[in-house]
Amino acid sequence: MEHGAVIKHNQKKSPKTGEWRYMHPEIDKNVCIGCGVCEGFCPDAAIKIKNGKAIIDYEYCKGCGVCVTVCPVKAIIMKKK
Amino acid sequence: MNKELTKHYSSGHSACAGCAFPSIVRTVLGEATTPVVIANATGCLEVTSTLYPYSNWKTPYIHNAFENVAATISGVEKAYEVLRRKGKIKKKIKFVAFGGDGGTYDIGLQSLSGALERGHNFLYVLYDNEGYMNTGNQRSSATPYGAFTETTPVGKISFGKTEVRKNLMEIVKAHQIPYLAQANVAFQSDLKKKAQKALSIEGPTFLSVFSPCTNNWKFPTSQYVNIAKLATETNFWPLYEIEKGKYKINWATDEPKPIEKFLKTQGRFKHLFKNKNKEVIVEMQAIVNREWERLANLSE
Repeated sequence: MEHGAVIKHNQKKSPKTGEWRYMHPEIDKNVCIGCGVCEGFCPDAAIKIKNGKAIIDYEYCKGCGVCVTVCPVKAIIMKKK
Repeated sequence: MNKELTKHYSSGHSACAGCAFPSIVRTVLGEATTPVVIANATGCLEVTSTLYPYSNWKTPYIHNAFENVAATISGVEKAYEVLRRKGKIKKKIKFVAFGGDGGTYDIGLQSLSGALERGHNFLYVLYDNEGYMNTGNQRSSATPYGAFTETTPVGKISFGKTEVRKNLMEIVKAHQIPYLAQANVAFQSDLKKKAQKALSIEGPTFLSVFSPCTNNWKFPTSQYVNIAKLATETNFWPLYEIEKGKYKINWATDEPKPIEKFLKTQGRFKHLFKNKNKEVIVEMQAIVNREWERLANLSE
C-alpha cells in the first residue's frame, strides 16, 4: 500500500527518455581509450565503461551531445537516425 | 545505464537534455560512505526527478515546499538524533539538502540561516543556475549583472539586470560554520574532494556549485561543460573553500581569460555586444576583478 504521497523507486515505471533524441552519439571503438570522462558528465548516466571501452544505453540517452564535446580523443560523433 | 553512478539518483528523470545538475547530484552523493537522506527544495531538480508515478531517487527523499528545505532536513536530522540516542537506529546516516538558487538565495534563505545557526549535522548543496529556470527564466538574486531574464528584459534603455548578484558565500560564512566551498560542475575532481570533506565534517557544511542551464542561458545542449569551465577560467566563478574561517583558492591562473569569452557563449548576454552596451561589459569585468582581488587578499 502507498501511504500519502510516498512513491517507491521502480525503474520499470521510468519514462524511456531515449525517445527525446533526434541525433544519437556513436562511439568509435577503435579510437576510444576508456578514460571515463564522458561517463561522469553524462546527465543521464547512460554511459558505462566495459572492457576499456565506452558503451551507451540508448534507452535513456537524450542525445544532448555532452559526451562528444568532452571526449579528449574525439571518439564519439553525433549521427542522425 | 551506469550502475555505479545511479546508486542514489537513477536514470529516467526528465531534466532537459544537456542539463548540468544530474552530474552534480551524482558526484556529491557518490562520495557518501554512509546511507544518506535527501531533502529537496522546489526547483528543477525536484520537479524533474519526482514525476508521478515514477521517482528516480533510490534513497529516502523528502520534498516539502520551496522555502523550507533546510528546516525540513533539520527536523529529520533531529528525529534521527533522538532515535539514535534511544537505540532505535544503530547506523550512521548523513543528511543532504539540495536547493537551487531560488530556494537558497531568495525564498529559502531564512530557513537555511536558521538551520546553519542551530548547527545541525547536514550538508547543503546549492546548484546555482542563476535564476528561476523551472518557471521560465525569472531573475533571482543570483542572476549576474547585465543578464537578460524575463523580468529584466532588454530594450532601448534597459540592458538586463541592473543589480549585482548577492554574495551568498559571505552570508553563509557569517554563520561561522566549519566548512563551506564554491565548486564547479566542470571541475569534477575538485567537486569530489569538496563533497568528501563536507560529508566527513560534523556540523553544517555548505557547497555552492555552478550549474549552467542550457534552456534559459541559451546555449546548445552539448556545451554545459565548456561554459562552466570558462566561468572559472575567466574568474567569473572562482573555486575556493573556507575551512574554519580560513580562505583557500583551489584553482588560479596567472592569465585569466577576459570575461567576453564567457559571455559570448550564451544568448542571455547577446545584447551586451551591441555598441551601446560596451560599458556594461567593462563594468562586469570590474566586478569580477574586484571579487577576485578580495578573495586573493583573504586567502593565504
